Amino acid sequence: MTPDMLARIAAARVEGRGVTLLTRLTDGAQRLWPDEELAPALAEAAEAALRDDLAANLTLDGEAWFIHPQAPALRLIIVGAVHVAQALAPMAAAAGFAVIIVDPRGAFASEERFPSGVTLNHDWPDDAMKALAPDARTAIVTLTHDPKLDDPALDTALASPAFYIGALGSRRTHAKRLERLGELGHGPEATRRIHAPIGLDIGAVTAPEIALSIIAEIVAVRRGPRRAAKAAA
Amino acid sequence: MSDSEDILATAAQWREAGETVALATVVETWGSSPRPAGSRLAVSGSGRMAGSVSGGCIEGAVAEAAQGVMASGTPRLMDFGISDERAWEVGLACGGKLKVFVEPLA
Repeated sequence: MTPDMLARIAAARVEGRGVTLLTRLTDGAQRLWPDEELAPALAEAAEAALRDDLAANLTLDGEAWFIHPQAPALRLIIVGAVHVAQALAPMAAAAGFAVIIVDPRGAFASEERFPSGVTLNHDWPDDAMKALAPDARTAIVTLTHDPKLDDPALDTALASPAFYIGALGSRRTHAKRLERLGELGHGPEATRRIHAPIGLDIGAVTAPEIALSIIAEIVAVRRGPRRAAKAAA
Repeated sequence: MSDSEDILATAAQWREAGETVALATVVETWGSSPRPAGSRLAVSGSGRMAGSVSGGCIEGAVAEAAQGVMASGTPRLMDFGISDERAWEVGLACGGKLKVFVEPLA
């Protein structure tokens, strides 16, 4: 790989733009899609690899190519810079997520309480969420218990293609939350997307245990479908 | 695969610090290989390693090959598998097979 190619891949990552690296295994020649024009078969494979986030092999005119998607980082938006968020942020970062914490309460979302790699956002959740524009590679977790903060975040989350939405709170809290979201126009079909009570049921008690159950559930939602497809094949 | 770009960032840092660097990438797997295609391992001239191409079974052999690739400047496609004597030697006990592409960062 040339240093120039590495720099181009790094730049795409910073821009949050997915690219696919194609390597000819006979001599190491490399191309970057969609930045470079490619033979149609290669371009098609590059697009599919990026869409499915799955590397592939292709032989074209007797030459073997490795098709390697370079997807932008997954994002985790945590609403509520609470104790569980402090435990969840480093776990999510270790699992490969870019972590953004949204909390207008400065005493909670302080640099002292969170590691340096985490982005702190002090806007109100509705403004913050609109600016962050969650996509299909974004997970959203609300942890405040406070309808003033959680509800506007969930309102925006439900209007987005986020692959995971989870809300902390008991079944009773969640039932009330569903009523309020219903008044905002989110029917049962829409709110079924919300994982609540949040996290896999591992009997979590402490903040780090709850964080572990949440990150495990996010991974299960992301990886589960592919595993199920593989098992069925 | 979200960790693979961090490997590139590490490789870039090493290079900026004046090290020679090689990149190894899993390009094909069969059976129970522990790391999927696309997994990366960066190796520096001074022997530093970041990332992985297996569960630790073949990293030593790949790192050794990486030194050769840095010296020659020529990429190399390596085969590891249960049918390969070298694989037993390096301990790919999981029973999988994989191909690793090793290239210089230059």
